[in-house]
Amino acid sequence: MNAPVKLDLRDVSTFPTRRDEAWRYSDFRRAAPAHIEVAGPVASPEPGGLFAAVHGDELAFANGRTADGQGRAELALEGGVQRLRFVTDANGGGWQAQVEVRVAEGARATLLETYEGQGAAYVASAHLSFVLEPGAILERIVLFVEPADAVSVSAADVVLGARASFSQTVVATGAKLQRHETNVIHPGQGAELRMDSVYLLGGARHADLTTAVVHAGADGKTSQLTKGLATESGRAVFQGRIVVERGADQTDARMRHDALLLSDRAEIDAKPELQINADDVSCAHGNTVGALDAMALFYIQSRGVPEAEAKALLTQAFVGEVLERIEHEGARAIVQAFVAERLEGLM
Amino acid sequence: MLSIHNLHVSIGETEILKGLSLDVPAGEVHAVMGPNGAGKSTLSYTLAGRPGYEVTTGTATLDGEDLLSLAPDARAARGVFLSFQYPLEIPGVPAITFLRTAVNAQRKARGEPEMGAPEFLKTVRAAAVELKMDFDMLRRGLNVGFSGGEKKRMEILQMAMLAPRLLILDETDSGLDIDALRIVAEGVNAMRSPQRSMLVITHYQRLLDYIVPDRVHVLAGGRIVASGDADLARLLEREGYDRIVAEAA
Repeated sequence: MNAPVKLDLRDVSTFPTRRDEAWRYSDFRRAAPAHIEVAGPVASPEPGGLFAAVHGDELAFANGRTADGQGRAELALEGGVQRLRFVTDANGGGWQAQVEVRVAEGARATLLETYEGQGAAYVASAHLSFVLEPGAILERIVLFVEPADAVSVSAADVVLGARASFSQTVVATGAKLQRHETNVIHPGQGAELRMDSVYLLGGARHADLTTAVVHAGADGKTSQLTKGLATESGRAVFQGRIVVERGADQTDARMRHDALLLSDRAEIDAKPELQINADDVSCAHGNTVGALDAMALFYIQSRGVPEAEAKALLTQAFVGEVLERIEHEGARAIVQAFVAERLEGLM
Repeated sequence: MLSIHNLHVSIGETEILKGLSLDVPAGEVHAVMGPNGAGKSTLSYTLAGRPGYEVTTGTATLDGEDLLSLAPDARAARGVFLSFQYPLEIPGVPAITFLRTAVNAQRKARGEPEMGAPEFLKTVRAAAVELKMDFDMLRRGLNVGFSGGEKKRMEILQMAMLAPRLLILDETDSGLDIDALRIVAEGVNAMRSPQRSMLVITHYQRLLDYIVPDRVHVLAGGRIVASGDADLARLLEREGYDRIVAEAA
């Protein structure tokens, strides 16, 4: 396994290229300028954002800075809902930010993370690290809303304690280059991992969803479901790797990726990988890319539903399976409405 | 009401309908019977606007308005409803959501106000009771896991909610046992009205014992080759298509 690239926007030599195995389908160095000015400070946003309707605490970064001007923050979660917002308002320039999240032993928390971009042609880089203490439960939901010419990378390292549970749902709407990466060290020991994502790409938008899970100990569970669609010249990248190390017996790991390719110019690159070095494991992966069912479309239209609305209905149903896995009811309803609106705009 | 004149339809290179003409006046129920491969389903799909069914010559109008140039949803908004021989399964779209979307899309196209949730639910519940359908079934994905009979009842429920002017029933009796057939036929008969026309497309006469037609047409080789009253259907059942088709040729 390659050492992960430590992206530093101040140093072009750290910019990954397609020669880096983990970046084969997303050329960061080509998408981003070689020299990135630091985006100027802007006022902190009003509390709220996409998940305003879900009450909870809020930590917001504006152009990579917290309200007290810091580029990094720590979150110690002991329960409840925490909103984490990365708000960008910049024309050109860039920012990087770091957040360390720790979920206390036995605590159950929800993290609602949003990338809310305004302006144009900026470069954003967020790095998160998660530590879940034994028995901790965290559900993380990530929404991206960024300009079509932005470059945005969000990477997370996750370390799970015994019997901990980490559930993640990412909804990517793409940008010039938008990448969400999650690397998980899974100890087994009854810990559970769910990592899902949805991508909805039109225009010339590009989204890259990359995950890597290492099952280091026996008796661990991983379940991954990604569904998405690319229309017009949209381009999706799904890379999922699960490694089951020697001795990680009784691992149960499943990964699925199902996609709809809705135009001749769109592209979907999928690279699911399972490396199994243990015995007595239950592992499976599946990958499909297809088109909308023409007969189903005609059936819906024949009932009076216009073509665009019929397509939105079918695509919503397609990705809906992923959204139903979101546990937090209020957040789930917001994500469902967000996806429905986005699809109506795309069809 | 429905007027079809010299209709020629091809699928790819193959011409299926070869000069079909047919008039169904308002308030009448007409049956179209014919052997397999005669073009019965092609006729129903062409009227509903299925892509790939190319009209090379001819016209089809509903109350004088051309249907063939309209998209399928625009035809539906003008009152065309095709009950599919094999209704599609749409996973992830609850039947109730689908119904409400369709009802309101049609209303919107006609410039009418949307049907509110309480009125819609009340209407659906009443229609479901008539068709002896379990209301909870409507919360499941449309037609997903439905039996053949349940799918056909779902078609009739959609028909009752959408209140079309022209009903096209494509082999509605296929896959139905006698009890389901009776319920479906009762649902269809309840919709007979002076403002509504029906085209009942069927291979077998059995359905016509329950939905008694005003006229019966025999479709063979892509054209109507014989027409008569309900007795023609019984004659066909007794003697088969061969003689009548041969005589017409």
